[in-house]
Amino acid sequence: MESYLFPFDSLICMLLGISFTVWFTLLLVFIIVPAIFGVSFGIRRLYMKSLIKLFEWATLRMERGAKEKNQHLYKPYSNGIIAKEPLSLEQEIQDMRRGGAEPEFDMSDIFYFCRRGVESIVDDEVTKRFTAEELESWNLLTRSNYNFHHISTQLTALWGVGVLIRYGFLLPLRVTLAFTGVGLLVVLTSIVGLFPNGRMKSYLSDKVHLMCYRICVRALTAIITYHDRENKPKNGGICVANHTSPIDVIILASDGCYAMVGQVHGGLIGVIQRAMVKACPHIWFERSEVKDRHLVAKRLSDHVADKSKLPILIFPEGTCINNTSVMMFKKGSFEIGCTVYPVAIKYDPRFGDAFWNSSKFGMVNYLLHMMSSWAIVCSVWYLPPMSRMEGEDAVQFANRVKAAIARKGGLADLLWDGGLKRGKVKEVFKEEQQKLYSKVLVGSSEDCSRS
Amino acid sequence: MGSTSSTLLKIPNVEVLMQETGFSPAHMIRLHDRFKALDKEGRGHLCPQDFGAIKELAMNPIGDRIIGAFFCPGKETVDFHTFVKILAHFRPVDKNRPKEPNSPEPINSRSNKLRFAFQLYDQDKDGKISRDELLKVLQAMLGMQVTEEQLESIADRTIQEADLDRDDAISFEEFRKVSPEILHSRCFIKV
Repeated sequence: MESYLFPFDSLICMLLGISFTVWFTLLLVFIIVPAIFGVSFGIRRLYMKSLIKLFEWATLRMERGAKEKNQHLYKPYSNGIIAKEPLSLEQEIQDMRRGGAEPEFDMSDIFYFCRRGVESIVDDEVTKRFTAEELESWNLLTRSNYNFHHISTQLTALWGVGVLIRYGFLLPLRVTLAFTGVGLLVVLTSIVGLFPNGRMKSYLSDKVHLMCYRICVRALTAIITYHDRENKPKNGGICVANHTSPIDVIILASDGCYAMVGQVHGGLIGVIQRAMVKACPHIWFERSEVKDRHLVAKRLSDHVADKSKLPILIFPEGTCINNTSVMMFKKGSFEIGCTVYPVAIKYDPRFGDAFWNSSKFGMVNYLLHMMSSWAIVCSVWYLPPMSRMEGEDAVQFANRVKAAIARKGGLADLLWDGGLKRGKVKEVFKEEQQKLYSKVLVGSSEDCSRS
Repeated sequence: MGSTSSTLLKIPNVEVLMQETGFSPAHMIRLHDRFKALDKEGRGHLCPQDFGAIKELAMNPIGDRIIGAFFCPGKETVDFHTFVKILAHFRPVDKNRPKEPNSPEPINSRSNKLRFAFQLYDQDKDGKISRDELLKVLQAMLGMQVTEEQLESIADRTIQEADLDRDDAISFEEFRKVSPEILHSRCFIKV
């Protein structure tokens, strides 16, 4: 009896051993070594292209299935509950009156304001930016589509397979990589910290940081396209970018070396922060120091004045926005008076929503979502450097930079303040609506009096 | 964020609601999410302040009237049921609905949409829009942009045109007559 079990046992051990070795070798060759040297085999891009084809098929199938079952598909933006047509006030009111150019007030004019009001109850521009973007196509993640219920067995099966792949294969792989990346970062930066200050240390620190961030990028299967690299931020400047998620840092830092700014945390992040600062100067603030704006500004200016230190990376929106727009930039970083290097980051929402809704999900939950998505695909544009012009104050400068970033990234440039989850709306906006409407009435009555 | 059907079940009386209002399951879920998002303190019902927090609504000249339309007289809260039923007024008209003589009129019929707008004018709910009520709405929509005299003349002219029984107020029937036919297909569109 025992002789039966022994060879079986050792066979299993052998198999396990071999598969682990194969697994780790593959990991090393295909992921870690390229990360060290900054090259890519192109596997991720191939993966991305096949995913796109798959999603297109899934969307078509879903639409066909819905038609067969005679159900209404919910499509955001194009067929909402109330379709929003971007006509101006004058056009809308004239449309309502249909041709008969009566310039006087009509009782039904109230419908225009009424409809606008109800539209904003159903969905408003500001709150929309703080919730995840809704997609028109389906990317096999139930979390991003309202239409998913049992439309066809094929789709459900495909979704099931998708779940298995994502949670059973991709997630463990990514978690392993993430731990490797972070672990290496802590260990290697501490080692580099032992070197005396000088060119050798900066060189090594740059290499170490880049390598670890690249491993983290692979841990998220992030497929990043960098544009206009000639505009990359240089020492003595500040790099500003729009903020969608904590991953933004990893995405930017895997292509260039930056000095990070942030609050000192405890726990794991604190360990990472302390290790990083040994290798090259980052700016970490104690919680009490954050309130003191002068102290913050002074530390930033000092850092910037020293040309041997890396450019600072700042996200002026102050909070995570859902990547369909850019909100108001806080002016603090624009007051320092050095060159600003704007960067626009736009995520492709088809593969996985990178937006972190901090009121809904905690950090761990968010990371789990990230790592169990298909991939993170984004584009980064480096814009040419900007400086404050004569006679321009910090707020105007901030708005100018914001407009440039929004334009490049194809994001809507919103006037609203990112901190506007609370806060009152100015009376000025209401007056503008009244002005527009009165122009329709008074303007046309002027024509009347002339004739 | 689980699957659709489980979220649908969390909404009480959802089948009845869908039948009464004509919203699809996907719309119901969307509205339910929106309701929860507006209900920041998670109380299960909305109060006027929750609506007031919507910036675009605060910016709307008749914003507070629209908010008032959601609350029944005397009630300080809106539950999901009422929320959906009021929003159902704004669904596009079902052109292909068969005309059954005994079934109740759907919420999004042209007549009910007009009634909703009528109530925006008629704040004291006496069934008539008085000259004062009309003036108040004009003031809201035009603000400081026109003079008092202009406002009064507009109000007078409007009542003159619409008031058929000469009682110096506009009843619902008179309101219905002056509202353009095009109303239902343009303002509360689409799909």
